[in-house]
Amino acid sequence: MEIKKQYWKGLEELSKDPEFVKYADKEFPEYLPTNSPTGGEETEAGSTRRDFLKLMGFGMAAVTLASCEAPIRNAIPYVNKPVDVDPGVPNYYASTYMQGGDYASVVVKTREGRPIKVEGNTLSKISQGGTNAQIEASVLSLYDKERLTGPQKGGTATDWAVIDKEVTDKLAAIAGKGGQIKLVANTIMSPTTLKAIEEFKAKYGNVELVQYDTQPAYGITKANQEIYGIAAVPNYHFDKADVIVSFDADFLGTWISPIEYTKGYSKTRKLGPKKKTMSRHYHFESNLSLTGANADYRTGIKPSEQGKAVVGLFNAVAAKTGGTSISGGGEYKNLKKAAADLLKAKGKSLVVSGSNDPAVQTVVAGINDMLANYGATITLNDYSNARKGDDAQMSAFVADAKAGKVDAVIFLSSNPVYNHAKGAELAEAIKKVGLTVSTSDRKDETASLTTYIAPNNHYLESWADAEPKNGTFSLGQPTISPIFKTRQEQESLLAWSGNTTPYFEYLKDNWKARFGGGKEGLAFQSFWDKCLQDGVLETPAEPIEFNATIDVVTIDAASAASSIAKNYKGDGFELALYQKVAIGDGTQANNPWLQETPDPIAKTTWDNYVTVSLSDAKALGITEYEGKSIKVDLTVNGATHRLPVVIQPGQAKGTLGLALGYGRKNGGKVANNLGFDANPLVGTLNGAAYYNVTTGVNLTATDEAYQVARTQTHQTYMDRGNVIQEATLAAYQKDPMAGRKVPMIATWQDLEDGKVKSTTLSLWKGHEYPDHHWGLAIDMNSCTGCSACHVACVAENNIPVVGREEVIMRRDMHWMRIDRYYSSNEEELAKADGMVSRLAALDIASENPEVTFQPMMCQHCNNAGCETVCPVAATTHSTSGLNQMVYNRCIGTRYCANNCAYKVRRFNWFKYHDNTQFDMNSSMNNDLGKMVLNPDVTVRSRGVMEKCSMCVQRIQHGKLEAKKEGRRTNDGDITTACASACPSDAIVFGNMNDNDSMISQLLRIKNEEGDYGIDKQVHEERAYTVLEEVGQKPNVLYLTKIRNKENNESHA
Amino acid sequence: MASKHSIKRNFKVFVVLFSLWLSYGSQSAFAQASAVPTDAETIKAGESLFKQNCKACHSVQSRVVGPALKNVYDRKDLPWINAFVKNPMKVIKSGDEYAVKLFDEYNQIEMTGFPSFTDEEIESIMAYVKDQTDNAVVAAPAATDLKAEPAASPSSYVNAIIIGGLVVLVILLIVLAIIISKLRSYLKNTELSPEDQEYIAKPDGIFAALRNKALIGIVIAVVTAVVTKATIDALFTIGVQQGYAPTQPIKYSHKVHAGDYKIDCNYCHTGVRKSKNANIPSANVCMNCHSAINKGATTGTEEIQKIYDAVESNTPIEWVRVHNLPDLAYFNHAQHVEVGKVECQTCHGPIEEMEVVKQYANLTMGWCVNCHRDTEISTKGNAYYDKLLKIHEGKGSDKAFTVSENGGLDCAKCHY
Repeated sequence: MEIKKQYWKGLEELSKDPEFVKYADKEFPEYLPTNSPTGGEETEAGSTRRDFLKLMGFGMAAVTLASCEAPIRNAIPYVNKPVDVDPGVPNYYASTYMQGGDYASVVVKTREGRPIKVEGNTLSKISQGGTNAQIEASVLSLYDKERLTGPQKGGTATDWAVIDKEVTDKLAAIAGKGGQIKLVANTIMSPTTLKAIEEFKAKYGNVELVQYDTQPAYGITKANQEIYGIAAVPNYHFDKADVIVSFDADFLGTWISPIEYTKGYSKTRKLGPKKKTMSRHYHFESNLSLTGANADYRTGIKPSEQGKAVVGLFNAVAAKTGGTSISGGGEYKNLKKAAADLLKAKGKSLVVSGSNDPAVQTVVAGINDMLANYGATITLNDYSNARKGDDAQMSAFVADAKAGKVDAVIFLSSNPVYNHAKGAELAEAIKKVGLTVSTSDRKDETASLTTYIAPNNHYLESWADAEPKNGTFSLGQPTISPIFKTRQEQESLLAWSGNTTPYFEYLKDNWKARFGGGKEGLAFQSFWDKCLQDGVLETPAEPIEFNATIDVVTIDAASAASSIAKNYKGDGFELALYQKVAIGDGTQANNPWLQETPDPIAKTTWDNYVTVSLSDAKALGITEYEGKSIKVDLTVNGATHRLPVVIQPGQAKGTLGLALGYGRKNGGKVANNLGFDANPLVGTLNGAAYYNVTTGVNLTATDEAYQVARTQTHQTYMDRGNVIQEATLAAYQKDPMAGRKVPMIATWQDLEDGKVKSTTLSLWKGHEYPDHHWGLAIDMNSCTGCSACHVACVAENNIPVVGREEVIMRRDMHWMRIDRYYSSNEEELAKADGMVSRLAALDIASENPEVTFQPMMCQHCNNAGCETVCPVAATTHSTSGLNQMVYNRCIGTRYCANNCAYKVRRFNWFKYHDNTQFDMNSSMNNDLGKMVLNPDVTVRSRGVMEKCSMCVQRIQHGKLEAKKEGRRTNDGDITTACASACPSDAIVFGNMNDNDSMISQLLRIKNEEGDYGIDKQVHEERAYTVLEEVGQKPNVLYLTKIRNKENNESHA
Repeated sequence: MASKHSIKRNFKVFVVLFSLWLSYGSQSAFAQASAVPTDAETIKAGESLFKQNCKACHSVQSRVVGPALKNVYDRKDLPWINAFVKNPMKVIKSGDEYAVKLFDEYNQIEMTGFPSFTDEEIESIMAYVKDQTDNAVVAAPAATDLKAEPAASPSSYVNAIIIGGLVVLVILLIVLAIIISKLRSYLKNTELSPEDQEYIAKPDGIFAALRNKALIGIVIAVVTAVVTKATIDALFTIGVQQGYAPTQPIKYSHKVHAGDYKIDCNYCHTGVRKSKNANIPSANVCMNCHSAINKGATTGTEEIQKIYDAVESNTPIEWVRVHNLPDLAYFNHAQHVEVGKVECQTCHGPIEEMEVVKQYANLTMGWCVNCHRDTEISTKGNAYYDKLLKIHEGKGSDKAFTVSENGGLDCAKCHY
């Protein structure tokens, strides 16, 4: 029995807010003043006759001037053209992205020697060609003009010789008297960097490398240290897990190695005629995270209940496997069910926890051990190096520094004053340290306190290697020479160790020694060239020594449980700190692309805020309408902070969420003073950093009005249903058409049968596509909403950043958005409607709604509404199925946007380039930032419409390459930026004319005789087009969302 | 041991001498030309080698940087040619009379040696040279249609007809006015009835005509139409810079390089077959030849010195861009030259005759689109088009398979 669901993008829509209903059919809620970017009051009077005359006069003068001779433009060739660079031809280099412990092997596209786009490297076994939002945006950070342009001493510019001499002298003096020297870094997974550090240690003796992480997995490494004798994060095989239970581990968004996990996880979520099973995913958490949103069963728990929930699961599993139960377990919804499913999938299940508490991780290890997951879905010999941070060591360092015991400290591109809980203490303690050096790329919160700054290169300017997993290696090469007088930190370390070898030689020698296998000269060179070209190298994992064999290992779950019972106490509101997929720990906070990327769940930009559940909000008297709300006073351990608030469906009752990574003081113009710095709220529990505050938290409403720039209800479909089509796995297995809604239309011809499919009716004869017929297939079951595609699109297509104010005005320019829908059971709502009240029903619906993500871009309709209404034919249909937009022909009537059923057209309300009012749009407003622009894509001007072009520049490039080589295009040669970025392979681009292409195979396209000749028929039952009843026949198809649930429950 | 060794050496010497004698004998016995292979395959191989390696400095028929290669195999024997091509300086330093003479004649410019060439390869080049020598095509005058001014367009005919018509009308009017005044003066001297006198006393014909509303209306309409047409025409030329020939920082002459010395366009414009940009050559490309040639025919050392200055000071030469497509239009040279097999001159005009480069075509969208409408796709030997050509032929249309038939008028071909 199908249960009807109601889909809603925001609470405004669900509650049928009168204001929302009134404006639901309008693209913009109110009259839009356009004379100033802020829509300020000064334009109230509108344009006057004088204004008209002024503009007219200016126009005449401009035309007269334009008809005069054009300005002289120069064409300046190289003096000596580099052999590899041909102007106009892109070069691709494999490299390695590393940021803290985040890793991906990437391929960097360069044009005329400047990197313009970062893509995934498909040769990597770890990132497997996927990227994430931060990696996609990292290329803009290269051109950040607020990076330091050279070394500094005491706040003024100096040169490298001075720094090297003074630092070396001081280090020698400190070493001479046996002083303590500390190197403070985030996780270092580069073997050659570690070798350089060893050399440094050898030179100065009393040197300690202190590693900490901004999203630590210290709990896991500590627990594994105690159990197996190896302090590392194990290798999790999400692709082999049939049942996944996660306690607050946001493994699709921010936890340890999200790209790799998403690749694995999405493999278990693919469905088709040959594979009708998928994994089941249980999730227990407080904030609605990206991973929680993708779970089949989600349970909201308070942070203080996390330990109890894990112990509860341990006991439930132990009861069936003959293990000893431990004390302190709790009963939570779905926990029993999860245990039962886990037991059914022994050896093919996975339990993970995002907790940083070694005790919790010990119990989790116990559960996985009982389920025989070690050796199957969890392996230790190819352990991960992604998180090596040692919280205890870091705390000890801060304590030592405070006590004045530390004589020298070098911060290796780390910024603990900002992103460590004890940052404030450290800021004070730094003053007591004799020699302070930072290698940060900018004068950040930490570097501004050090005597010397030896700025590091950007990773795209550096040589690098990495060992993300035991036995898996990765090489990184520079793709541009250093823009500023910076030097990579390894070279600085070597210089201070008295080794003048350039880091490139050092790295190459190290690889020769390690992997050369005795090869010399040309033989080694060709091996090296191959590694450099591939970017990755696989060697057999180095054997590691365990305490004991895994089988007989004893896990002391009982004492862990007693530690849990002792440590976890909750009282009143509980605060859970989290990181957003785009901003992360705030290292790239000065990157406007990331700031304007909407949070995948809350759809907020440019801010952090307190998230509260609807019922708590009501109790506190907080209301919200499209981000318009008030500020709240958040009291944590006695200190009160005034913060914006967002009502978040799915937020566990009694919990509050707050994002880290904001409130930078010295991050750069874009980053500074944006949001609130939540790092000082991080506490300590069981010796590890604790990202929750469970006692002493209070929240009160104030009367200070504030609006968060939310995009969640932008671009409405005007109340049309059928946009999301979904089913349960059981229903799908019975009938692949489950969940599909096929709109039928009554016609005069078919009175007897009643109705015909809406797609069979058309005013038009359709188009002929002799060459290619491009299309996109988007699997909503794989899409996790991670937003990598979104940023990839921004980078590829020169999409401007418009800023917080403009986002509030609904003028964001993103060509692709990821629509996030909540859904709730309509029957339940109706029942509640009758029984209690609409308001109570809201509580039920928003307590724990299901979430569906739907990437939405131009649908390239065959019968496009926009094309028929354009008065100047600026938008037309191509002979390969693309809906084309010609900027220079557009006169800005916006009829097309009005007539677009999908609301995917974006209007340039302002000139976003070379405009000081849009300073934050740094890729178009300063000469350095402009280097990131894709030279094959026009930078649009004020007054024209734009939208997704299906990366037509990539299509044209791929076709030309094929023509030059005298062959047809091969499937996979051409792909869009979004499809290439996707870590879950949810987006497939291809030629639907080619029956062997991936997209044709996926959609099972067959050519069949139709009314007007050969017609393509899609035979995949899950495939549908959005708003099919409108009859625009899009070339973008979606595959239904399938949830692995027992029955059609609305609660996740 | 020693004796064995010397026997071996002696034998080697003997073989060398014997073969030399043989070659000398054959040289004297047969015409050298006959030693040059003549089969088509070898000629073809030679042609490609010649174009890749020799063409920049040599032509078969005329002297370029180096001497004309016509009949070279008659001038010297093949072993000499082989030795010279592989290492010219060695031959010159050996004191070979002919080589030294050549070297001096050509201002002591060193020819680049090709030590990697095999004798067969050099022979194949000779085969090509012989083929070219024997079948010398009388250089056809450069395509005349290129030199001709673009044919008068229909609109200019219309203009001529209108102007001609107007002139005839004006003459007619004048004649009529003269007749009227003659008649009037005749009537003044004649006795008339009062009615007739009153009629004649009416204002003069021309002034009456000037007050005629219909005429005024027509004149205003005509004037408005003409002014409007002129304005529209003028507006359409805004930004069109046909004939633009700016002064360049170096008085570089395409006539000398591409015309007289017949240097292939690709030699300098390296991107033309692989990139969207044809590329203006970097100074190091100029230096390939100008490291030796430091004196030009027309400007002496003055202009060439500017290249040396640029290289020495490592500052690029700032050429003035002649062809300025607006940023909104995407144009790709490789698509047109490599795939479409379009000649450079089609768009750039008789570039090999230009002392100063000027913009030949008007580069308007109409010009692009018309060419896309008229040009047949070069499908031969390109598997990309096989299926498309079949589909096109299958339609039974008698229209040629032009660019526009294959989506060449799609907006997103050029605008994105």
